[in-house]
Amino acid sequence: MKALLRAVVTLMVLVAGWQALVWATGLPRYLLPGPLAVAEAMQRQAPLLMVHGLTTLAEILIGLVAGVALGGISALLLARFRTARRWLMPLLLVSQAIPVFALAPLLVLWLGYGMVSKIAMAVLVIYFPVTTALFDGLRRTDPGWLDLARTMDASPAAILWSIRLPAALPAFWSGVRVAAAVAPIGAVIGEWVGSSSGLGYLMLHANARMQIDLLFAAVLVLGLFAVTLYAAVDALARRALPWQPDTQPAEDSNP
Amino acid sequence: MLAPMLAMTPLSVTISRARLTYGGTRLFSDLTLELPAGRTTCLLGPSGVGKTTLLRILAGLAEPEPPTEVVTDDGRPLAGRIAYMAQQDLLLPWLTVLDNVLLGDRLRHRRPGPARVEQARALLDRVGLAGRERDHPAALSGGQRQRVALARTLMEDKPLVLMDEPFSALDAITRLRLQETAAETLAGRTVLMVTHDPLEALRIGDRLHVMTGRPAIMGPALEPAGPVPRRVDDPDLLAHQAELLRRLAE
Repeated sequence: MKALLRAVVTLMVLVAGWQALVWATGLPRYLLPGPLAVAEAMQRQAPLLMVHGLTTLAEILIGLVAGVALGGISALLLARFRTARRWLMPLLLVSQAIPVFALAPLLVLWLGYGMVSKIAMAVLVIYFPVTTALFDGLRRTDPGWLDLARTMDASPAAILWSIRLPAALPAFWSGVRVAAAVAPIGAVIGEWVGSSSGLGYLMLHANARMQIDLLFAAVLVLGLFAVTLYAAVDALARRALPWQPDTQPAEDSNP
Repeated sequence: MLAPMLAMTPLSVTISRARLTYGGTRLFSDLTLELPAGRTTCLLGPSGVGKTTLLRILAGLAEPEPPTEVVTDDGRPLAGRIAYMAQQDLLLPWLTVLDNVLLGDRLRHRRPGPARVEQARALLDRVGLAGRERDHPAALSGGQRQRVALARTLMEDKPLVLMDEPFSALDAITRLRLQETAAETLAGRTVLMVTHDPLEALRIGDRLHVMTGRPAIMGPALEPAGPVPRRVDDPDLLAHQAELLRRLAE
């Protein structure tokens, strides 16, 4: 309850600051619209925002699921097979040196203006943090557990499945949290480069037509998606790891 | 309660001509350690003398350096016939106490049947943890966690039990209680326990060896009288303790 109150107060201060900036600078509405104007635009253009928002949301969610699945499988293969590590690890690192945004125009060229190129973009930005987080977790298993498992005649596959993977889940979920935070960026960049729907498309369109209030409204909707997605993933992670103690000191949760 | 629940005849194991070189230094060579069948052998010595390495060679966790030999009295290799207990409890925090005791079955892809589960429950009861089967390790104290580890070791039901300072992370009183439980539950098995603590060795060991020096030599076996676990205030035990401390300080 108190946390909610704090959030409301923070929000109100931010909105008041925004309004104060509008008053103080006297900027015209087509350069910096006030919060009221944006709220009005949001209400007026709700159907439009909804249609484009759904496109972007679908791209984000499909990209997130596909990216996390691909990243998870890659990390497991890398951890399990030495050959995979030797051949794929350098490739993985080099691929990260190429800015993914530079690939966006190519993806649009190859996969078209539709959703597929945006999902591919989201998968590309999600894949690396998930793979490295899980792979790192899989490599950092307590050596004592591995000793114990070896004295129990466990096969490498059984050790991976019953010990290394569960032990790496906290690291995996940190990777998924990062993925949830960057997935909207991937989708919107893809939309900017070339699309016919989605919040990114709406932003470019509104910008070109000086509908800055609509642009702000689209940004707000995207922000709402990002925050909700992060909160959902965080809640999911806590549910999945009931045995993992929160090391955050107790004073944080108390007033 | 005290009757050993052994499914097999006890095994005797000898490690001979053992050699260990670490970073160019010869830690020991031509060392012999005999583990008689059904007895608890304790190996004492200062840190870094190589006693844990000897244990790890027997456990199959360290590669023996030639010409080290491990010989069993039935001539078959040791692999798959040992149970290992370390200084840390090594409980998996995402499994319940009961599932931790049954970890060996799970790792060998064997679904524990009702009989195995019943056996695990009985072992938990025997180490004094009846009713805690469904708890997670985080809910237990350090002593209780090490009791679960003991139950897990006994669940493996292997002819040779290897223990590497199993109680050294516990406080003095908890340690004394656990030594009693261990001595009672391990009776009749072939056990090698590596420890720093002369008192611990004297309470539960049948044969005690002190390993000292560089290169290290294996001292002659000290065999305290009386059944284990021996009482802490046993005057005989206290006299032996002085003797062991003297040998350790050499």
